[in-house]
Amino acid sequence: MKLVKLLAISATAMAIAGAAHAADTVKVGMIAELSGPGAPSGTNWRDGTRLATEEINADGGILGKQVEVSEFDTQTDPQTSRALVQKAIDDGAYAIWGTVYSGSTMVNMLVAQQNSVPQFVGSEAPAIVQKGNPFVFRTSSGAQKGIPDLTSYFKRTLDAKTVGIAWVNNEFGKGGHDVFAAQMEKLGIKVVADVASEQGQTDYAADVSKLKEAAPAAIFVYMNQEESARFLIEAKKQGLTMPLIGEVTLTEAKVVELAGDAAEGAIAHVGLTASATSVPGIAEFVTKFEAKFNRHPTHDAIKGYIGAWATKYVTEMVGKFDGEAFSNVMHGLCLDAKSYPHMLLDTCWDEHGEMSRPSFMVQVTGGKAEVIGIVNSN
Amino acid sequence: MSQFLQVMLSGLATGSIYALVAIGFTLIWQSAKTVNFAQGEFVMLPAFFVLVCTKVLALPLWLALIVALAVTVVVLGVLFKKLVVEPILPSGGIPLTIATMALAIFLKESVKEFYGAEAQPFPPLFPSQTLNVFGAVISLQDICNLVVALAIVVVLTLFLNRTRTGRCMQAAAQNPAVAEILGINVRRMVLYAFLINGALAALASFLITPVYLAKFSNGEVLGLIAFIAAIVGGFNQIRGALAGGLLIGVLDNLTATYVTAEYRAALPLVLLIVVILVRPQGLLGTSEGRAV
Repeated sequence: MKLVKLLAISATAMAIAGAAHAADTVKVGMIAELSGPGAPSGTNWRDGTRLATEEINADGGILGKQVEVSEFDTQTDPQTSRALVQKAIDDGAYAIWGTVYSGSTMVNMLVAQQNSVPQFVGSEAPAIVQKGNPFVFRTSSGAQKGIPDLTSYFKRTLDAKTVGIAWVNNEFGKGGHDVFAAQMEKLGIKVVADVASEQGQTDYAADVSKLKEAAPAAIFVYMNQEESARFLIEAKKQGLTMPLIGEVTLTEAKVVELAGDAAEGAIAHVGLTASATSVPGIAEFVTKFEAKFNRHPTHDAIKGYIGAWATKYVTEMVGKFDGEAFSNVMHGLCLDAKSYPHMLLDTCWDEHGEMSRPSFMVQVTGGKAEVIGIVNSN
Repeated sequence: MSQFLQVMLSGLATGSIYALVAIGFTLIWQSAKTVNFAQGEFVMLPAFFVLVCTKVLALPLWLALIVALAVTVVVLGVLFKKLVVEPILPSGGIPLTIATMALAIFLKESVKEFYGAEAQPFPPLFPSQTLNVFGAVISLQDICNLVVALAIVVVLTLFLNRTRTGRCMQAAAQNPAVAEILGINVRRMVLYAFLINGALAALASFLITPVYLAKFSNGEVLGLIAFIAAIVGGFNQIRGALAGGLLIGVLDNLTATYVTAEYRAALPLVLLIVVILVRPQGLLGTSEGRAV
């Protein structure tokens, strides 16, 4: 009988302790591509959120509650990502951070929407904010905003009459390809080679050879990181001489590391870059990230960091953990870097969850992406 | 013309590396009568041995390559035979084939666990310059890859056909019982086949990883294509594996350039089906009878 009493008391104590712990924490689901072709993006995104979570908790958490993050690996598989978003929400997640790959986000954002859970994503496919989902928010501009900034470079700086497009045939690549092709048509620049490749493709000999044969004035490269690196390696191998210009990924630190010398001279328009150290917030972020993870961050790490901090800032504006109210405040919101330093740059979200902020033109020089120009937000 | 030459050369260079891996399939088939489904991972792993040597042990590249080659021969040759093949082979070919599938998963996940899921840069073995040949600009790296891979195949063929040990290996593969009666140490010959397979895997790894980048999942595609190359060329002939590898490498590039890039991944499978229907023993293979 004593034993039964003891067990009952222990169980009650544990339940109370568990409830007290739950009351002191707020759960967030971090769902990213930690393995598979998207691993370079996903692991950086995760590490950005880890750094932010540490800082947020050290700063008193969100509304006084410590942030408890559950990390999930999508294996770069859209269906797995959908199941994991559901699992995180079933476990009580107040917000979702991720995914990065657009193909996954397109599938899993419906789950967050159905549950009125705010979701910060690293994806850049235009379609993500065109589906009328009020709970999805970008952490960098979509291709339909970023690529028009880039296209003037082809017209004004390069004075190109012809271009080639090398793109990866997934949701991310297709979105960027369509926007770029439409922009080229508008500017009267002829697309003389349009070369699609597959996600995870390893051999780019045929792709590069087709572009080389078409001899455009410049080539727009729109692929994920590993594919970009393999493309650059093959381009150097075959002696491709025309400028290689990308949006976001082409000059990323991981791409430069993987491609080595082959990345030299590559140019890209980037919404965020760790090389923009003239921006104080980014310089500080890079220092902290390097100290913690012993490597240079990519733009995905900055995106994860911003997504996590935006969750704190906006929740505290709302004053309660309410997904609907969060969503209402987010639409049309601007967070300036002076009042909200962890946003790093002045950032606004429109009524669709699309974001605007200043962006950069960068070029790989001496193994590093250097900022060669700043583009104002559009 | 320039494009055709470059595409052919790239196809031959990649195909010759597929051939090295495919030859490994035929060697293991002939010596252990099993299909090594970890063959792709055998090619993935040596690149990481090189990275450990260069990054952790700070060895120069040339020494790292030698050390990695030696480690590969020991781990994927001797240990594979002693720890996986010998204990399971008495139970039959199918359990051993399944064991190699498990080994493939084990190797892949181990590399992912210890080295991470991200791709790693791998230093090129040859200069990435271009040559002007009759007005066509072609890659020096591709030429070097092709020459080295073909040289390895030629040396291996000469070893198997022109040396006493090589002929003993062939005898042991064709009829182990008779070879034993003739005084050949069959167990040693089988061990040699595993050692050669390990060395081929390492060399293929060193040649292909500068382009593919070092990644835990590299073996999946490589293993599948090389397996198909071995079947297409003839599973029981080294020259068949060579022909199969080159054929797939060239056809893949020609299809992607002149027909469609979208279905290039399907090409080896289509080729496999056609060969199995028309010439099941492979293009250069010989028919083998088996009692059931």
